[in-house]
Amino acid sequence: MAAPPTIELEGLTRRYGDREALSDVTLTLEPGATLVVFGPNGAGKTTLLRVLATLLRPHGGTARVLGHALPAEAWRVRGKVGFLGHAPLLYRDLSARENLAYYARLHDVPAARVEELLERVGLADRASDPVHTYSRGMVQRAAVARAVLHDPPVLLLDEPTANLDPAATHLVDELVGKGSGRTRVVTSHDPVGGLAEADVVLGLRGGRAEIVGPPSREVGRDAIGALYR
Amino acid sequence: MGRAVSALLRKELRLELRTPQVIPAMALFGVTTLVIFHFSLQRDTVEGDLAAGVLVVTLLFAAMLGINRLFVADHEEGGFDGFLLAPVDRTAMLVAKALALTGFLVVVELLLVPAFGFLLLGPAMTFELLWKVAAILLLADAGVAIVGTLVGALAIQTRARDLIVPLIGLPLLVPVVIGAAKALAPALDAAGAGALPGRWLAILGLYDLVFGLVAYAVFDFLLED
Repeated sequence: MAAPPTIELEGLTRRYGDREALSDVTLTLEPGATLVVFGPNGAGKTTLLRVLATLLRPHGGTARVLGHALPAEAWRVRGKVGFLGHAPLLYRDLSARENLAYYARLHDVPAARVEELLERVGLADRASDPVHTYSRGMVQRAAVARAVLHDPPVLLLDEPTANLDPAATHLVDELVGKGSGRTRVVTSHDPVGGLAEADVVLGLRGGRAEIVGPPSREVGRDAIGALYR
Repeated sequence: MGRAVSALLRKELRLELRTPQVIPAMALFGVTTLVIFHFSLQRDTVEGDLAAGVLVVTLLFAAMLGINRLFVADHEEGGFDGFLLAPVDRTAMLVAKALALTGFLVVVELLLVPAFGFLLLGPAMTFELLWKVAAILLLADAGVAIVGTLVGALAIQTRARDLIVPLIGLPLLVPVVIGAAKALAPALDAAGAGALPGRWLAILGLYDLVFGLVAYAVFDFLLED
């Protein structure tokens, strides 16, 4: 029997007051696939990620992650998604090691995993320094390590390689890139890079899904470019 | 839940040790309040009801500062989201924050009670007096910590955080003020430390229990979107 879709959205709607940040979004994402979400600022990309992460409740339609309905079964989803938003979710006065150790205890992850990840994101040398002394790229690498600390099957990534130089991009790509083998939802403003890794493309404008489907001639750079005009 | 509480509590204490903010602010504010009482009452010493009132009000106002700061790092640095993404009972945050706030209050009291004895209190600070004061303040601290955590979590979601904490927190804490002041008054009497009034200690204990249960029931909803 085929595994159920990792993400199923049917008419998903989310409002902030009277304004609809997401309006009637429908799509399906199979296990291991990558959904790349395009759209100008304010299109609803971050809201979509936060709904899927269980941080926001849907106001209409249905959303299922790993077969669990949101928000009713949100508690089953927590701990199975890795979330990397614009904020790194790291305490600035704690070191990267202390931050990761804190999240490791919350997720019941062995302490050895913390050291392994610090090594993999190239922060082992500065792991004991407070996060507020890091460059933006180093903070982003620490945030990536936090997002994958508990080895989640689903990754929700808001421009994951922002602030990273090419070498650092390569480092984190092993953890959160297409080769990581996880189901991924990635926001992007880069049509070339985004289309290259997308199995499914979602183009949002004003909260509405204007493009949904696998990359093709119709779902390509021109269609994505039109979202921003 | 123990694992999550332990993780949160260690993080809270580590943050306060790394960059002390809450305890120094509470202690400085408390000492300043005592000095203001010292001059405004125009008396060299106080005892009994007045001494109890001065001590309780000073500690309560100092506690307001701690409550205001309790969730600031979590709110501003994304700790709330990080916690909400973890597969743990959300009540763990209530327990850990209340324990941390109790710890902060105890540390501040270790400084303020001797300062109160030096600046204002008439009766000498004997060992017997100290343990009675400690027992009463510990019960009061638990109530302040539980209600403070609840109000702090509510206030941090609003723009008017600095207003919400005193506006909601102080009325809710009136029973603690009454109970603690009534329980402390005989202990601080000039005639010598009286027996601990069981009735007021029981009221403080009941308040802690009731608000502990209320907080347990509603805290989850305060963290919800």
